[in-house]
Amino acid sequence: MLDLKGYGPALLDGAVVTIELAFLSLAVAITLGLIGASAKLSDNRLAKGAATTYTTLIRGVPDLVMMLLFYYGGQVAVNMLSDHIWETYEIDFFFQFDPFISGVVTIGLIFGAYMTETFRGAFLAVETGQIEAARAYGFTRFHTFRRIMLPQMLRHALPGIGNNWQVLLKTTALVSIIGLTDMVRVAEEAAKAERMPFHFFIPVAFVYLALTAGSELFIKWLNKRANVGVVQGG
Amino acid sequence: MPDFIAEWLDKNDVFTAMTLMEYWGGMVTTVQLVFLSLVIGLVVAVPLAILRTVKNPFISGPVWFYTYIFRGTPLLIQLYIIYYGLAQIEGIQETFWWLIFREPFYPALLAFTLNTAAYTTEIIRGAIVSTPNGEIEAAKAYGMNWFMRMRRIVLPSAARRGVQAYSNEVIFMLHASAIASVVTIVDLTGAARNIYSRFYAPFDAFIFVALLYMLLTFALVFAFRKLENHLLKHQRPLNS
Repeated sequence: MLDLKGYGPALLDGAVVTIELAFLSLAVAITLGLIGASAKLSDNRLAKGAATTYTTLIRGVPDLVMMLLFYYGGQVAVNMLSDHIWETYEIDFFFQFDPFISGVVTIGLIFGAYMTETFRGAFLAVETGQIEAARAYGFTRFHTFRRIMLPQMLRHALPGIGNNWQVLLKTTALVSIIGLTDMVRVAEEAAKAERMPFHFFIPVAFVYLALTAGSELFIKWLNKRANVGVVQGG
Repeated sequence: MPDFIAEWLDKNDVFTAMTLMEYWGGMVTTVQLVFLSLVIGLVVAVPLAILRTVKNPFISGPVWFYTYIFRGTPLLIQLYIIYYGLAQIEGIQETFWWLIFREPFYPALLAFTLNTAAYTTEIIRGAIVSTPNGEIEAAKAYGMNWFMRMRRIVLPSAARRGVQAYSNEVIFMLHASAIASVVTIVDLTGAARNIYSRFYAPFDAFIFVALLYMLLTFALVFAFRKLENHLLKHQRPLNS
């Protein structure tokens, strides 16, 4: 049996942190992706420009650099804000910018940009006839979006969401660099203390492998469900 | 030069000649690391991709296993396993390999190469598998043997189909290389981290390095667009 030298519970806690981080970031990313895609497809030039700038900037910068910027920069910004509040209102206000929040914000922002592209493509894949029909029935814009666009675009977006999720899951490992005690961090500390790198990193690698493999199966199942009633050619 | 830029340059004490040289050194390391791992990775990936398409499961199976493991786990873990793990191998410190692998650059290069080779193998495999059957039949009808078919027909046409996905992989690798800084390599991100901790100036240090990465990214995007135009010239609509 695998002997984790007493680090077992800590590794398990770390795995839970990793999973929480991944799901919260996914929620942020999907929200930002829907907003971004709507902005890109809108007629408003300002919204379009803002969304395009957002996706271009995110795709040009490494995730780790962005994370370091938000983590260290976020703390400095909070400190400046709290100084300002103290000087003007004499209110003592301070909080520590923690790695978990920085991680969720950064990963959410990065994958929000990828989701924007995924959702944009998926919205465009919905036939215009469907939207025209909804309008002809007197649906409002919001109604059209919720009842017609959203359910039909999800089918096209699913494969993209699945890919993004797989990459996102692996990106969560980076948050250990800014000090979050996820399973990578625990394994690193254990490996250094016990001088047994293989012993701790390989089980963690297998947890990631299990997570990605499990997600793959789940996404396949979702895809199958979403495509019920669609006859595929070829 | 507009006044506000001159004023800002006067007041700033982060961007001196010394820190700029540090960024430059980091840029050189990043480019070397990424370029070498991509080139070696590509050279390894082509034969692996061909093996991956072979019908015999005893040949394609191990390649599948390799790509599955390396694509299913984070690069950071792979880097840690290789960086900390190599030093723990019994007796390695007495061999000449130790002269190479005690520098953090080479374990990182090995990790990045193995990682990018796994992704590239799958990209090329996808491109090989989707070769139109007619092209292969035509090659057979001309009496080409397997080797010549691969060299003259399958691989060139796979390159055209794979180049777009490969350009994404290249940019992904450039961005992923930022984690080299966690094993004490002073690449671009490493330089930025050093400068941040010296001046406690996160915005200056990291926004500047973000701009440098963006510059590299857009240069790559531009280069690949040129390459795609070149490779896909025959598919261009006549009116453009």
